[in-house]
Amino acid sequence: MSAVSASEKVDGFTRKSVRKAQKQRKSQSSSQFRTQNTPIELSPLPQLKDAPSTDQQELFCQKLQQCCTLFDFLDSVGDLKSKEVKRAALNELVDYLSTNRGVLVENAYPEITNMISTNIFRALPPSDNPDFDPEEDEPTLEAAWPHIQLVYEFLLRFLENPDFQPSIAKRFIDQKFVLQLLELFDSEDPRERDFLKTILHRIYGKFLGLRAFIRKQINNIFLKFIYETEHFNGVAELLEILGSIINGFALPLKAEHKQFLMKVLIPLHTAKALSLFHAQLAYCVVQFLEKDPSLTEPVIRGLLKFWPKTCSQKEVMFLGEIEEILDVIEPSQFKKIQEPLFKQISKCVSNPHFQVAERALYFWNNEYILSLIEENIDKILPIMFSSLYKISKEHWNQTIVALIYNVLKTLMEMNCPLFDELTASYKTQKQREMIKEQERDELWKKLEELQVSRTSEIQNNSHGFPAALNNNNSNNNNNDPQESSGDVEATDS
Amino acid sequence: MAGADGDDSLYPIAVLIDELRNEDVQLRLNSIKKLSTIALALGVERTRTELLPFLTDTIYDEDEVLLALAEQLGNFTMLVGGPEYVHCLLPPLESLATVEETVVRDKAVESLRKISQEHSPVDLEVHFEPLVKRLASGDWFTSRTSACGLFSVCYPRVSSTVKAEIRQHFRTLCSDDTPMVRRAAASKLGEFAKVLELEYVKTDIIPLFTALASDEQDSVRLLAVEACVSIATLLPQEDLETLVMPTLRQAAEDKSWRVRYMVADKFSELQKAVGPEITKNDLVPAFQNLLKDCEAEVRAAAANKVKEFCENLPEDNREQIIMSHILPCVKELVSDTNQHVKSALASVIMGLSTILGKDNTIEHLLPLFLTQLKDECPEVRLNIISNLDCVNEVIGIRQLSQSLLPAIVELAEDAKWRVRLAIIEYMPLLAGQLGVEFFDEKLNTLCMAWLIDHVYAIREAATSNLTKLVEKFGAEWAQNTIVPKVLGMANDPNYLHRMTTLFCINALSEACGQEITTKQMLPVVLKMSNDQVANVRFNVAKSLQKIGPVLDSNALQTEVKPVLEKLASDSDMDVKYFAQEAISVNGNVLSLILSHVLLSHLHFHVHVFTFDV
Repeated sequence: MSAVSASEKVDGFTRKSVRKAQKQRKSQSSSQFRTQNTPIELSPLPQLKDAPSTDQQELFCQKLQQCCTLFDFLDSVGDLKSKEVKRAALNELVDYLSTNRGVLVENAYPEITNMISTNIFRALPPSDNPDFDPEEDEPTLEAAWPHIQLVYEFLLRFLENPDFQPSIAKRFIDQKFVLQLLELFDSEDPRERDFLKTILHRIYGKFLGLRAFIRKQINNIFLKFIYETEHFNGVAELLEILGSIINGFALPLKAEHKQFLMKVLIPLHTAKALSLFHAQLAYCVVQFLEKDPSLTEPVIRGLLKFWPKTCSQKEVMFLGEIEEILDVIEPSQFKKIQEPLFKQISKCVSNPHFQVAERALYFWNNEYILSLIEENIDKILPIMFSSLYKISKEHWNQTIVALIYNVLKTLMEMNCPLFDELTASYKTQKQREMIKEQERDELWKKLEELQVSRTSEIQNNSHGFPAALNNNNSNNNNNDPQESSGDVEATDS
Repeated sequence: MAGADGDDSLYPIAVLIDELRNEDVQLRLNSIKKLSTIALALGVERTRTELLPFLTDTIYDEDEVLLALAEQLGNFTMLVGGPEYVHCLLPPLESLATVEETVVRDKAVESLRKISQEHSPVDLEVHFEPLVKRLASGDWFTSRTSACGLFSVCYPRVSSTVKAEIRQHFRTLCSDDTPMVRRAAASKLGEFAKVLELEYVKTDIIPLFTALASDEQDSVRLLAVEACVSIATLLPQEDLETLVMPTLRQAAEDKSWRVRYMVADKFSELQKAVGPEITKNDLVPAFQNLLKDCEAEVRAAAANKVKEFCENLPEDNREQIIMSHILPCVKELVSDTNQHVKSALASVIMGLSTILGKDNTIEHLLPLFLTQLKDECPEVRLNIISNLDCVNEVIGIRQLSQSLLPAIVELAEDAKWRVRLAIIEYMPLLAGQLGVEFFDEKLNTLCMAWLIDHVYAIREAATSNLTKLVEKFGAEWAQNTIVPKVLGMANDPNYLHRMTTLFCINALSEACGQEITTKQMLPVVLKMSNDQVANVRFNVAKSLQKIGPVLDSNALQTEVKPVLEKLASDSDMDVKYFAQEAISVNGNVLSLILSHVLLSHLHFHVHVFTFDV
């Protein structure tokens, strides 16, 4: 605390840079190592390449077993020699597996998967920073990475090996294995998630029997993320894998896949941290629509349902996704959705946040969207007109005003008579809306008056008889000696 | 006046439904929030036959609207005609209980639980329980999670065959394919166990508990720990060892830190639930392990429980257990690498002194307190200081005062204003315990220095701190030590400091009494009415209003009134405003005596009025 500088004392708040620096000091974490009572000392085994070929297999397995020893990497000075022995062994294993054929004999599989499981499957450590903001903060890196990286490397080489036989491996790379692998996607270390992504993709490709299971588990992870915790670091990576899985779906799409789209992918848009995986998510959604255009209407309705109310940054992302969808939309689908969609777009163009308005107005730079609008100008112009007309006079941002002017011009050229008609009726339209508003207010006022009288009625009735049987009771109350003062005044007047 | 069956001419249902359908979400939301008003207008009959079917059919809407609807329906019993019709509310709530959005679903379940109590036993079996069954066997996970929260409310009031069905459904959901459902079931396990007959707790709940506690997902396992508390409370002591303890031991050593954290977090409850014998044999070693856990989160949670755990140890050998098993771990935690662990410990460690008594405290605990008082993390020091009262009772604070002072001074000047604020709040307590002499000598300057802190919140806290000190040490002390310094600041070149003088006077006048206020404070305030800064002037007006009740009527008339009148014609708008306000309020004070005389007269009038009716 003595190192507090004078500048920092000015307002008592630590500067962001200072806080950052404090954080970076301990940006490593690992819970892989659970206090082992006896530290095991490793001694190097002979090199695989020096061993006679008859002994190589035996030595390979010994090295795999040796690599099952775990070390505490948060203690940066302990077991240095043994750590180096293990690192060298892992390196050698990776090398041996990728340069030699015929290494993957049947009884090597359990040894290999055992070594991998022991090293990578662990309860992820608690986050150093409980309000970790993936956009702002540096991620906490896995301290044991020097070893873990090589294990992942080895797993990848194992799966990609030409001798690899899924029929044997499926006894070890089973549902439990995959489940633990999926849990690791929550790792804060982006390097680890990147490896996992490739590995899961390979497993999905090679193990047909695990595909449905993998999809279901990803489903569960997303649902937990959306509805329970709002925290999972690997959403973007999982979506990236899904993007290519969706690409490979056979037509017609199964109900299961459609359900995944509507009940998982669309609600994912509600996540606070949408910006971290929006690109991948939008890609998945568009993939679905390219496969089956009939999903366009429910998807757009879904997006409209979850349209951001206060977060402008997310609104811009939504608009971007809508444009991506419109790029591939079929004209017949467009007709089905144009009304609710353009009602939302009309709200966006008049948004006081200029980036939102700007993003929506950019739609008019898109040739294909323009052609769709032109085709349906009779429907769209009446929806868009009043907000464009109003905002063209009121928006604070000059760029927006200029853009609006261009859009109005384009729309006018599409249907000049309709445009003139709307301009002429703009004022009467506004007045009609105001009158309607007044009517509503009056309705509610009357309802509230009624409620006041009914409530007192019910209170009086609650002495014994149910309200329904007492239609005539309401006028008898005034003689009741236990009056509330409010009623006395009412009678008085 | 309209009858209870509604008035068709005024409010045709179409108009009301139009309101509920309005294109604008905000208006829809407003309408839904006033759904009871609509129902009242319609009357009970039409609410049942028209409004509720409409609500059930058009359940697709924004989640915000649905949430409001789910909440409203929980209070609708009277509006549909009382308990005999309450089951009409089930269809819309059933749909709401299957919605994806968690908050909507939870609210629907809450409302369902509420109205379940209003069902007669027959209605419960005819209407409510079938709904629970439908939800429990729904296709999508949402309805099954909702079902989990409904079993316990209907179980006690149905026949034994239906009870058997409910137990079967609960069993199925505990082994559901979807982890979300298993989590929901696990979180309701304890609640459900409480309403079951003891034999079924043993035959049904225990196997479920064991299975959930070894679920593949740690998020399920940790919820089983919560259930463990309720289950252990229900079982007789002799069954605990075989039925609960194996699972609890396993949870305390779970490979996931989240589960261990949960055990640590629930430790006191667990300890009470399993009783003294098991505590001695099992929980003490488990607690030691949690205090030495490799994850800081777990250690912090356990450290938080140190005092409570020790307090609840069986008295016969409490001291021995603490001294030989717990204290060594505590000693290590004092120099933990993680500040959250240390600060958790600091918030409870002082409580050990009452349990261990004077000698042990001086010999074993005092060194730990002193170490923590010098900790690099301000929160740790603060936590120690804020719990000084426990030690004061046992050994007296003098033992600590030598180390205390540097710690207090350092916190008082901490760069973070929140830390300074926290220490100010403990000043009155410290002053009480350390005594007036020590205070005058060492702490008084600190208290005065806070008055000119650059953060307003600190100056404000410092002001109210002075009030509390005066309440403790008396008006005479105030007159000698505080008042001169406060009044001196009235001449400070910084207008913020001049305003602080006014704020202090506002706060102190009552505690100091009429004499000091009139003779010493009032002249200063009046003089400041000529200040060149408008903010000071209108605060003068506010102060005069504030201290008015303390002054005598003579001072009010001859001194305050003219100044306020002058301020009321100030060139600054705000000064005028506050001066006028002060005049009218002080006017009221003046007329208070008069009003006493009038009161009886008024009273008489009221009576006449009442009898007129």
